[in-house]
Amino acid sequence: MTTKPMDGGQALIRALENEGVDLLFGLPGGAILPVYDPLIDSSIRHVLVRHEQGAGHMASGYAHATGRPGVAMVTSGPAATNIVTALCDAHLDSVPLVCITGQVPYAAIGTDAFQECDTTGITMSVTKHNFLVTEAQDIPRIVKEAFHIATTGRPGPVLVDIPKDIVDPNNPRSAMEWSDDVEMDLPGYNPTTGVDPAGIAAAADLIRAAERPVLYVGGGILKSRACEVLRQFAEMTGIHVVTTLMARGAFPDSHELCLGMPGMHGNFTAVTAMQEADLLVALGARFDDRVTGRLDGFAPDAKIIHVDIDGAELGKVRRPDVAIQGDCRLAVEELVADFSANGTGDADRSAWRSRISGWQERFPLFYEPWEPGQALKPQYVIERLRDLTPDDTIVASGVGQHQMWASQYWNFDHPYTWINSGGLGTMGYAIPAAIGAKAGMPDRMVWAVDGDGCFQMTAQELVTATVEGFPIKVALLNNSYLGMVRQWQEMFYDERFSEVFLSKDVPDYKMWAQSMGCEAMRVDDPDEIDDAITRANEIDDRPVVIDFRIMAEEKVYPMVPSGATNSDLVVPPSQTDLPR
Amino acid sequence: MKVAEPDFRYHTLVVTVENKSGVLARVAGLFAQRGFNIESLAVAPTDDDRFSRLTIVVDVESAPLDQVVKQLDKLVNVVEIRELHPGSAVERELMIVTVDAEPDRRDELVEHLDRAGGKVLSVGVDRMMLSLVGLPKRIDEFEDLLRPFGIVELQRTGRVALAALDEDA
Repeated sequence: MTTKPMDGGQALIRALENEGVDLLFGLPGGAILPVYDPLIDSSIRHVLVRHEQGAGHMASGYAHATGRPGVAMVTSGPAATNIVTALCDAHLDSVPLVCITGQVPYAAIGTDAFQECDTTGITMSVTKHNFLVTEAQDIPRIVKEAFHIATTGRPGPVLVDIPKDIVDPNNPRSAMEWSDDVEMDLPGYNPTTGVDPAGIAAAADLIRAAERPVLYVGGGILKSRACEVLRQFAEMTGIHVVTTLMARGAFPDSHELCLGMPGMHGNFTAVTAMQEADLLVALGARFDDRVTGRLDGFAPDAKIIHVDIDGAELGKVRRPDVAIQGDCRLAVEELVADFSANGTGDADRSAWRSRISGWQERFPLFYEPWEPGQALKPQYVIERLRDLTPDDTIVASGVGQHQMWASQYWNFDHPYTWINSGGLGTMGYAIPAAIGAKAGMPDRMVWAVDGDGCFQMTAQELVTATVEGFPIKVALLNNSYLGMVRQWQEMFYDERFSEVFLSKDVPDYKMWAQSMGCEAMRVDDPDEIDDAITRANEIDDRPVVIDFRIMAEEKVYPMVPSGATNSDLVVPPSQTDLPR
Repeated sequence: MKVAEPDFRYHTLVVTVENKSGVLARVAGLFAQRGFNIESLAVAPTDDDRFSRLTIVVDVESAPLDQVVKQLDKLVNVVEIRELHPGSAVERELMIVTVDAEPDRRDELVEHLDRAGGKVLSVGVDRMMLSLVGLPKRIDEFEDLLRPFGIVELQRTGRVALAALDEDA
């Protein structure tokens, strides 16, 4: 075993290189300064963000798009607190991130030093795990452990907090011996991988016997890279699939067995099929309240098969009849093997299939057509964007009405093309996430679908996009309102609008975007939509922002009102009187 | 070993954790974050200095025990969790207590103490300091017995527990 003297800063960069890190999203500052020096000589490309939250979401977008862990590096104190939102976001959506934060020198910890904060304390509940490194010699091992924890089991964000003295070559505490052989020391971390054969057999029997089964597919299918085998399983059994907000694209929307998105703004058939099912096969999904609606009225007749790599999800919300802890891909592969060996059973599902096709005919996604004098229909903008961009375009979205319209009206036929903030619902996610996706997948077209409220939270990262050369495109669905909040106030607060109107004319998004180096357009007329999108698609040397002026009154339908059961789904007015 | 499935409100978890700074905060933080209630908590090093052992008495009315165990198990620093059924655990708790003990009442007090198996730790002019090790329920009872004397100060450790030995162990 050969060793080489190094300082902690060099060791940190070397350790990141060893993990295959090619991109680092970050912003330097006092405590992390010594690490930015060896970075100059590294093969790792650093992307200089304009706000640390942006670094976290970029790392997240990168991870979603590539399947590799995203890495962010920021300094201590306010930089660490600024990235907390992005860590929490990644924690709730199980995104593999490694976040390096600077910290004041070890001896100064606890003295309220300049830019000191208790970063590991603050981030304990929003990370899968975090480390405070106390010795330079520990850096390579802890970096290795951080990547291992972030990417195995149920993925998640891991933070490594590094005091300045152990990376500062002028401080003797930074001296260490680099060795290529570093052993991890994680006696308490043994993520489950295999699946219990008895569970598979029991699940297979339930599936064979079910007359109204639905595959309830969540983000775990994407995380476990299980999309192909899922499709094989769905096709061999003929069972319909719903893909949650975190799983859009995990099963092709254009597939005849795909029912689309379930949940609060899911389409009628997906919601109702789950509600009426006699068996839900939950694959890497966690019975989120936005999917179940009021829990005691959710899928009342359904038996539950629940597959998740995180055992704590099994039974957390809904008691499963068969619980399988393990990797979703392995579980579905085993199910395929079982069905290949033992047949698909002889349950009669013809009545169920005809009910499903009846719902699909009567309750398609619907919006009232545009009439002259109106602002743009947001759904139509999404449809045109969908039809005028390449099939494998990556779409990142913010949070709110635009997110739901994008998820509903896009046609996701490829996995890893939909990137959004599902669990935390982080406004402002779209632009930095799109940049991260573009950084990881430079050959793909990347569109951010954003709202005007969201845009104002993270728009400054378009400067990053311009300067660093990430030509993303932004479809800004601008209704001058915090649209989703407005929708709730209209529907549930007697149209008493409280603090949801932003401004009709301020900011001027076109000028703002131009000032950040973007090509910018404004579209008010439906006839201009196609030209604007086509022009945007042709621009590849800088980011593009299109300010689409949409109707403020437009609402997202269907909708399960908060506190209602999924059986009380509110459909668009034109469908209200149709037989369910 | 015959263990009835007892429907007791409090369950004891013996949790082996890595002996690292912040681990107790992680455990306590998890309980706070998930709304699990801790009835009692004792922490001490083990015979292996890499690990510490927590004895946590959990109120299972606040959350299903299964969830508590699984969420605890996700903490990277948690190495092992043993759930001790009330019927199969050896549990002890230590109490140290200072009571008012005028000379004329000391005999009575010592009689109680002897019967419970406690010890006199210190004797003052009109106070005595006593200790008792025992089942938490016995400690409760002894505490009730002392109350009429006048409890000046009282400290309990919270319970510690290990699995009972099998007959052939």
